[in-house]
Amino acid sequence: MSLPVLKAADFASTQEVRWCPGCGDYSILAQMKKIMPELGVPREKIVFISGIGCSSRFPYYMNTYGMHSIHGRAPTFATGLKSTRPDLMVWVITGDGDALSIGGNHFIHMLRRNLDVNVVLFNNRIYGLTKGQYSPTSLEGQVTKSTPMGAIDHPLNPLSVALGAEATFVARTIDAYVTHLGETLKRAAAHKGTSLVEVYQNCNVFNDGAMAYAQEKSQRADNIVELEHGKPLIFGKERDKGVRLVGSHLEVVSLADVAVDDLLIHDERDPNPSIQMMLARMRYPEMPEPIGVLRAVSGVATYDDQINHQVELAKAQRGIGDLQKLVEAGDTWVVS
Amino acid sequence: MTKILSESGNGKNIHTVSGITVRLCGDSGDGMQLLGTQLTNTSALAGNDVATFPDFPAEIRAPRGTRAGVSGFQVQFASEEIFTPGDVLDALVVMNPAALVTNIGDLRKGGILIANEDGFNEKEYKLAKVDANPLEADILQQSYRLFKVPMTRLTRDAVSSLGLGNKEAERCKNFFAMGLVYWLFGRSLEPTLRFINDKFAKKLPEVARANEAALQAGWSYGETTEAFGLSYQVEAAQLNPGTYRNIMGNQAIAMGLVAAASLSGKELFYSTYPITPASDILHELTRFKNFGVRTFQAEDEIAACGAAIGAAFGGGMGVTASSGPGIALKAEAMGLGVMLELPLVVINVQRGGPSTGLPTKTEQSDLLQAMFARNGEAPLPILAPQSPGDCFAVAIEAWRIAVECMTPVMILSDGYIANGSEPWKIPDMSQHPRINVAHPEAATDGDEPFMPYARDENLARPWAIPGTAGLTHRVGGLEKEDRTGNISYDPANHQHMVNTRARKVAEIADRVPPQDVVGKTSGDILVVSWGGTYGACHTAVRRCQKAGISVSHAHLRYLNPFPSNLGALLGAFKTVLVPELNSGQLRMLMRAKYLVDCIGINKVQGKPFTVHELVDEIKAHAEPIQAEAMHHKAS
Repeated sequence: MSLPVLKAADFASTQEVRWCPGCGDYSILAQMKKIMPELGVPREKIVFISGIGCSSRFPYYMNTYGMHSIHGRAPTFATGLKSTRPDLMVWVITGDGDALSIGGNHFIHMLRRNLDVNVVLFNNRIYGLTKGQYSPTSLEGQVTKSTPMGAIDHPLNPLSVALGAEATFVARTIDAYVTHLGETLKRAAAHKGTSLVEVYQNCNVFNDGAMAYAQEKSQRADNIVELEHGKPLIFGKERDKGVRLVGSHLEVVSLADVAVDDLLIHDERDPNPSIQMMLARMRYPEMPEPIGVLRAVSGVATYDDQINHQVELAKAQRGIGDLQKLVEAGDTWVVS
Repeated sequence: MTKILSESGNGKNIHTVSGITVRLCGDSGDGMQLLGTQLTNTSALAGNDVATFPDFPAEIRAPRGTRAGVSGFQVQFASEEIFTPGDVLDALVVMNPAALVTNIGDLRKGGILIANEDGFNEKEYKLAKVDANPLEADILQQSYRLFKVPMTRLTRDAVSSLGLGNKEAERCKNFFAMGLVYWLFGRSLEPTLRFINDKFAKKLPEVARANEAALQAGWSYGETTEAFGLSYQVEAAQLNPGTYRNIMGNQAIAMGLVAAASLSGKELFYSTYPITPASDILHELTRFKNFGVRTFQAEDEIAACGAAIGAAFGGGMGVTASSGPGIALKAEAMGLGVMLELPLVVINVQRGGPSTGLPTKTEQSDLLQAMFARNGEAPLPILAPQSPGDCFAVAIEAWRIAVECMTPVMILSDGYIANGSEPWKIPDMSQHPRINVAHPEAATDGDEPFMPYARDENLARPWAIPGTAGLTHRVGGLEKEDRTGNISYDPANHQHMVNTRARKVAEIADRVPPQDVVGKTSGDILVVSWGGTYGACHTAVRRCQKAGISVSHAHLRYLNPFPSNLGALLGAFKTVLVPELNSGQLRMLMRAKYLVDCIGINKVQGKPFTVHELVDEIKAHAEPIQAEAMHHKAS
């Protein structure tokens, strides 16, 4: 049986999209709808689960199954669903507040369990739906509605958190860089295990331009290094700069001074996350920030495989359970 | 020892009695819970009716020898039907001074007191905060039949040839105590010998032999020393014909969930976070993976509830359980469950509150939490089992209602029935009614658009599951438009949806059995109770009925909605008494709903009701009513 050929429009629900005009979310929605037909998974086998926040309205706009759950808890619903329905493709849509503040606990536990779901974390470094308070990824000193004298919290880096939780797939991309965004989502979909994709997403109402250094085409080349497995880290408008590993730290070098062979070669498959963590910690403006796949380690058992494997094993070893035998188990006596 | 039925000669002095209540107490590391469980199973296998009350500290190893560290297990076994573990003790076994001073008050005058003499020394007096050896107190000698037995030493002697270290040898002393208790009450050693063999023989053969030797030594001590003079026996009880097993509440709820899954053609997904006293349900269920049971030990209570709802969205049987503090954390997810209108069973094995409260003690103080502790108006059905065995039936009934009405359902168990045990008549599952579950089938292009919030005659929406072509839809916590399920902020729609969700739950009352009554359906006093207090309330009412008091008993299984005839029933009595292990929660609900006055009998001590205190209360309320009736007659 051949599947009907679907187009991006087939993945649009009938619901009116209600993000602010100019929001970075539109771009992510468009790329998601665009890659969906390429995945070869029927619409009815796909489920989008979100928490609360601007990003979490996402499932309403996809013509798949979906659940708009409660704040920070999307990973929990995804865990129950994927554990019992491993046949489904499950996407978790979340934001910086949803995943890292109220849902931080679920986020790290989903990652360490390596549940086979794809997580898209819309990071705009601000609370949008509650109108402009700082988020766990807001920069120190950032002035927001709730931090008139500047934020005093040290921000979380989603990629560092994910690597710390031993995630098997960790990537970053940018809303405005649509080709990269689409390709990264496809890589995430193809990975077996939890795939985390952080998307730099512009909130043009409450935090406009916060990541302009990465989003604006004119600035991007000098501030971003695109990671490719097996390739040296080269960046810059003129592709004249590179990143080199010296001892236990990374440094930016000019290719005028340093040979390409001496640059760091990206290894997304290295099971040891140490260098990947060093990449994650590269921050603008001191360093170019990495986008692309930092880590993609295969062969790690997924939670959903394991939980179902144990059930199959028990059935094979002990036979399918007999209810009458269950209630009669143990010592019994007869009253006549 | 309710009554002495016969005094046999035969050279041996054996009294046949109708029932015995015994409590076994020691340090929390002394193995008293094991001793109690074995005595219970042995008595059940002998055909006695049994009821138990394990009572232990929240600390795993509470400070040794202190009063706080005392662990006790009370069991009543009888040749007649019983419903409680007994009010007063016929016999008390104590392993140390702390156990003695904290429990002696419950031993009846003339009762048997067996003390491990070796556990009484200066060091132990200090730990128990007693000045001198309490066993030497005159009052003790005069009031009880005291037997001082050097259990530690005798156990050491009994196992000395087996090559165990002193410490390991002494650890067998609970089996020595068990042997002695078995002799005293004419119990067979056979089931416990079998237990020792099953548990230890393979892995720890020397421990198995030592425990056997200690058990035998305890029995022989009773048989040969003649110190006791008298022993007792309790004949088999006349229960309803059938095959029985002994069962604990948490065990029954676990089996009930597996049964419910099987009866509905589903596989169980049980997600939870460890908490006393609900954890044993998880432990039980992990053994049933060959029934398709998936257990998920989540990172927290919220995740446990979320995962269960996620499983339900996929068409699975999602169940989560906890105790009060954990239920508080699940509240937001439960509210989402109400909004999503997905089937879900939430079990609360209640314990003493508020906050962390009394983790290992029983209470019924989460009824109002179950009713109201969600934001917005988020009603859900609430059921409560009345005894350990009843947990099985309630688990099945909860799932039946959950799928029939597409709603979360809450079960309110409690620590008392969760850890308590009773003989359970094994049901014939082939005769059990099935639970019907239907999922809408795939739609094709020409079909009407799918309406995820259309409703059937029970006001339930269709349970359409991912994987079904043509039925893709989105659910969520934002208010739903009627029928389409789309987001809606329309005022009239919100009113309609709030009303509909309430009506869906309220109308369950029309489809569940009317409230039954033990006794007449009108009269002077109606006792209304719920949950784990059934045994004490039933026994107390029966006793008062026998004493000629006009009193009836209604024990509620359905707490939300109330059975449809409850209001009429309350109105048919002059006085309504509501005993609860809280400050009056059911009473508040009944007063609010029916505008009928209810008088509370309330106890919040972490302990179950005694029959005695309920009888006294009923009598106290009966007297003025009777006096007034006499007055009317006279005038």
